[in-house]
Amino acid sequence: MRFDGTKDYVATDDLKVAVNAAVTLRRPLLVKGEPGTGKTVLAYEIAKAMGTPLIEWNVKSTTKAHQGLYEYDAVARLRDGQLGDERVHDISNYIRKGKLWEAFTAPELPVLLIDEIDKADIEFPNDLLQELDRMEFHVYETKETIKAAERPIVIITSNNEKELPDAFLRRCFFHYIKFPDRETMQEIINVHFPDIQGILVKKAMDIFYDVRDVPGLKKKPSTSELLDWLKLLLSEDMPLEALQSKDPTKAIPPLHGALLKNEQDVMLFERLAFMAKREAR
Amino acid sequence: MFFNFMDELRAAGISASLKEHLVLLEALDKEVIRRNPVEFYYLSRATFVKDEGLLDRFDQVFSKVFKGIETSYGTAEEDIPLDWLKAVAEKYLSEEEMEEIKALGSWEEIMETLKERLEEQQKRHEGGSKWIGTGGTSPYGNSGYNPEGVRIGGAGGQKKAIKVWDKREFQNLDHTKQLGTRNIKVALRRLRKFAREGAADELDMDRTINGTAKQGWLDIHMRPERHNAVKLLLFLDVGGSMDPFIKLCEELFSAANSEFKNLEFFYFHNCPYEGLWKDNRRRFSERTNTWDVLHKYGHDYKLIFVGDASMSPYEITHPGGSVEHFNEEAGVTWMHRLTNTYPAAAWLNPVPEKQWGYSQSVKIIRELMNDRMYPLTVDGLGDAMKELTRKQG
Repeated sequence: MRFDGTKDYVATDDLKVAVNAAVTLRRPLLVKGEPGTGKTVLAYEIAKAMGTPLIEWNVKSTTKAHQGLYEYDAVARLRDGQLGDERVHDISNYIRKGKLWEAFTAPELPVLLIDEIDKADIEFPNDLLQELDRMEFHVYETKETIKAAERPIVIITSNNEKELPDAFLRRCFFHYIKFPDRETMQEIINVHFPDIQGILVKKAMDIFYDVRDVPGLKKKPSTSELLDWLKLLLSEDMPLEALQSKDPTKAIPPLHGALLKNEQDVMLFERLAFMAKREAR
Repeated sequence: MFFNFMDELRAAGISASLKEHLVLLEALDKEVIRRNPVEFYYLSRATFVKDEGLLDRFDQVFSKVFKGIETSYGTAEEDIPLDWLKAVAEKYLSEEEMEEIKALGSWEEIMETLKERLEEQQKRHEGGSKWIGTGGTSPYGNSGYNPEGVRIGGAGGQKKAIKVWDKREFQNLDHTKQLGTRNIKVALRRLRKFAREGAADELDMDRTINGTAKQGWLDIHMRPERHNAVKLLLFLDVGGSMDPFIKLCEELFSAANSEFKNLEFFYFHNCPYEGLWKDNRRRFSERTNTWDVLHKYGHDYKLIFVGDASMSPYEITHPGGSVEHFNEEAGVTWMHRLTNTYPAAAWLNPVPEKQWGYSQSVKIIRELMNDRMYPLTVDGLGDAMKELTRKQG
C-alpha cells in the first residue's frame, strides 16, 4: 500500500514519505500545521486512497481517554435493575464501545483519525500511550483484553494549543504541513477548480499572497480560505477587471470576507488601503 | 548506522532517542522510501522531529552531517581541477553526447563552461572544500541532483537544484523567536492549579453511583466545577525605554488575561516605588499605594514583573532616584518588600538575554530577584512558569 495523494488532494513529497512511513510501520502519524491547510482532510483522503473505512474520533475539551476505549453505563444498569430487566445480569450489556475499540475490532483495516488531540486535557495523550503503542487494552468490567488483529492506521491532528508529552511524541511520526508555495497552491487550485480561467487564478493568487504578507494580520488566510474565495468569485461571476484594477480606491479585494475573518484584520486592511490611496494622490 | 547523525541531533537539542533511531532503521529496512537522499531526509525528519520549532535546527544538522561541512559555511572558493571535470563528464555523458558537445565548440571551451557552471552551483550550495572532497562524484550524487552540469549534455537530470534542507524553510518557526498570543497562552498554561471551589453545580457521577448503590435509592451528589485557581499579580513597566516592547507586552497581557481568572495587574515606571497605577492615562491622579497592594493580595499570589530593567542604577539604589517624582524610600527597599511578600516571583525581560550584561541596572535587578529573570520568549516564559510553580521552601 502506497499513498501518492488522490485526485482531490495534492500531497507534497515530504507528506507522502511521512504517510507511507506511518502506514508501513503502523505507527501513528501526528500532523500539525496552520488551520486550513488540510490536516483533517488528509485522513479522509488516506482512507479513500487505501479504500478503507475511516473511523473519526473528534476530541473536545471534555473528552476523556477512556471514552475512546469504552464506557460503562452504570446509570442504565441501575435503571434496568430497578425495573427488573433481565439484561441487568450481564455486565457486557452496559459496556459502550469507544472509537479505539471500534478501530481495533473492525472487520476491515480502518484509518483511525484522532482529530485535534490538543483540545483535550493535558493528560489525555498520556492516557492513550499504551493503547496506541501496543494497540490493545483491558476491559476491567468483563475481564477481557481487546487486541487489534491488525494495527490500524492512526492519524492524529493537533493545532498546537497544548504541548504533547515527549513519551507520546516518541511513538509517532510527525509531519508539519507548511503553507503551500505558489507552485503547490496552483496544483491545489487546479484540483478543485479544473475549468477556472488561468488569468483569474493568477490575479487571485497575487492578491492572496499579498494579503498574507500584510504584517500584523491576526489570522492569515490559508488554503481553505483561498478555495472558498475562488468559489465565491466564480459563483458571483466576478469580472476579471475587478481583480485587476490597480485603482487605489478599490484596494480591498472584492468579497474579502472570505479571506479575512477578523474585524480587526479588515480594519487594518482598510487602513492600509486608505494610506495607499493617499500616497497615490 | 548513522550514530553520528543521532549524536549531532542530540547536540543540537533535538531529543533523538534510541527508539526513534530504531524506527528509522526499521523504516529503511521495510523500504518505505526509494533510495534517494531527499526521501531519506523526509523520512528522518518525520522520525526525529516532533515539533515544528525544531525543524530548522534539524535542517542545519542534516546538512552538516550529510554534507560534511560546518554549519558556518566556509566562504573560500575552490578551484576545480580539469581532469576531475573530465572524469565527471565521461561518467555522465554517453559517447554520442560527447561528440555532440564537441560539435558545439572546442573541448576546452566546453570544459570552461562546465567549470563555470560548477562554480555557480557551488556558490548556490555554499559548499566548501570538503563537499567536493567527499567521494569526488558526490555533487552529481547517486541521485543526480545537480542538474546544471549534466544538462549541458542535454541529458536532463532531476529537477531539484537546491537541496530541500538547505532552503531552511522552517527558519521562522524556531523557538528562540519571540512569540504571538497563542504561544504565550500555551506557555502560561503551565501555570495551572486546578481546584474545586464555589457553588456545587456539577453532578458528581461516581459519588452518586456509589451513594445510590449503598443507600438503595437515588442519592444525588453535586460538586463544584474545576477552575484554575492560580492567583497572579502582574506588574508592567510602561513608558520610556519600554516603548519598543509595547506590542509584546500587550500580547502577554491579553494572553494572561484570558488564561487566569484571578489576575491583578499594575503599572510602574522603571522600578516599583510606593505608588502603582492601573490606568496609564491617569497615572498621576489615581495611584494605588503599594502598601495597600502588599496587604490586600495574599502570599499565595504569584508575582510577575515585566520590564526591561534598564535605567540609571540610582533609580534602584537611592532614595530620590526616581526620574518622575521624589521617592522617599529607594527602589531596593520596595523590591525587597515585594519579593518577601510574594515568594513566588519572576521578572520577564523583553530585552534579548545577550544584551543583559551591558546594563548595570539589569544586573542589580537580577540580583534582587535572586536570578529569577527570564527573557520574554517562548522558552524564557516556560522557564519562568516552571520557577513559579516550584514548591516554595
